[in-house]
Amino acid sequence: MHKIQRHLLNLLVAGLALSLPSAFADSLSDITERGVLKVAVPQDFPPFGSIGPDMQPRGLDIDTAQLLANQLAVKLELTPVNSTNRIPFLTTGKVDLVISSLGKNPEREAVIDFSSAYAPFYLGVFGPADAAVSSLADLEGKTISVTRGSVEDIELSKVAPKGATLKRFEDNNSTIAAYLSGQVDLIASGNVVMAAIAERNPQRVPLMKLNLKDSPTYVGLNKNEAALLARVNAIIAGAKADGSLNAISEKWLKQPLPAGL
Amino acid sequence: MAYQFDFLPVLDNADLLLQGAFFTLSLTAVGTLLGVGLGIIGAVLRAWRIKPFNQVFGLYVELIRNTPFIVQLFFIFFGLPALGVRMNEWEAAVLAMVINLGAYSTEIIRAGIQAIPGGQLEAAAALAMNRLEIFRHVVLRPALAKVWPALSSQIIIVMLGSAVCSQISTEELSFAANFIQSRNFRAFETYLVTTLLYLAMAILIRQLLAWVGRRFVVGGR
Repeated sequence: MHKIQRHLLNLLVAGLALSLPSAFADSLSDITERGVLKVAVPQDFPPFGSIGPDMQPRGLDIDTAQLLANQLAVKLELTPVNSTNRIPFLTTGKVDLVISSLGKNPEREAVIDFSSAYAPFYLGVFGPADAAVSSLADLEGKTISVTRGSVEDIELSKVAPKGATLKRFEDNNSTIAAYLSGQVDLIASGNVVMAAIAERNPQRVPLMKLNLKDSPTYVGLNKNEAALLARVNAIIAGAKADGSLNAISEKWLKQPLPAGL
Repeated sequence: MAYQFDFLPVLDNADLLLQGAFFTLSLTAVGTLLGVGLGIIGAVLRAWRIKPFNQVFGLYVELIRNTPFIVQLFFIFFGLPALGVRMNEWEAAVLAMVINLGAYSTEIIRAGIQAIPGGQLEAAAALAMNRLEIFRHVVLRPALAKVWPALSSQIIIVMLGSAVCSQISTEELSFAANFIQSRNFRAFETYLVTTLLYLAMAILIRQLLAWVGRRFVVGGR
């Protein structure tokens, strides 16, 4: 009995040692030697990542991963993940990078490192091009559809002026329908939802008017990978400068990359 | 751990609930007056087979009674703007309720009119009553008296059904309840209070309609 327990313990320790990346590893040279960049991408979160009609992953995150692989001059290997297992895939060394609509928060920062932001993710007030709204005060006298109880509802309810009318709907579809049918002037939602509208109804693409809450997405890396982090940041900075990240944002989010990203 | 009941977050929003209840009663009042009015017109046209209106109303009655209220409401609010007909959420809610109650009350009142014995009309004619007098005293009033309980029930059903109007952001009682629940997550407490409010409103309307029936329809002059 004791013997079995000791064996199990040994196995456990060995497993832990294997799964923890060494503090002195240099993933960047590993990747270039291997000739393959392994990236965890979403498969169920359009437009960041979903499975296309050809059964291949496609989306903003996949294009961003391809951009990084091209710049590193290596092949790209995608691993589909979901939002709960994407960080374990990285910390156990199964992938080199997580490009999976990953937002930054202190809990995650304790476990992994983040590159600079590569895509916008925000909640805001959106409206047609001719709606003159540039500040919260401009919402005076406007009607805005919003999904009841959502984060954007809570945020907007806190800051909206008294003269603004919030029309709260049961779900995202009703909120969108109210905007598309012209029952409201503006819509409060996430930029991802706006991209979905743009896909279905290109004539009435709502443009961002006000930002309510910002949570851009970052590339996730293991800690103590200074060389890889520097290289990823350099590639992202270069892609911002030459407009290739903007092109990806325009393609999938139907919105230009915000200047301050 | 057992659920900790806490009604304070709901009672803090009592003003929202009471305002919602007031709007539900207002919607019901307007919807009932116009809806029953539409029903009386439809019932007469249908009972006396006045062409071509009886066929038009027949189509309308079948269309409304065989489709869900929420679909009618969504069609008016989300669908009609595509044809250039844009109503705000209150107008859409009232219109949907009038159209809905109009169809049901057409059939209810028609039953009452058709139940009037032919001899009663002949007796009125023999007394040299004019057409309007015959309609008022010999047709409509006895007809309404016969179907008053059924009509009252239908009005209550429309009042309860108006809860659906919260789906197009009409801020009636159910909207207030959903709103409060989405802010404090006290589902049990919020919906218990809302249920009691609806029950009280239904009893109130029933009593009111019973009184109206005794005073103006069934009873004396």
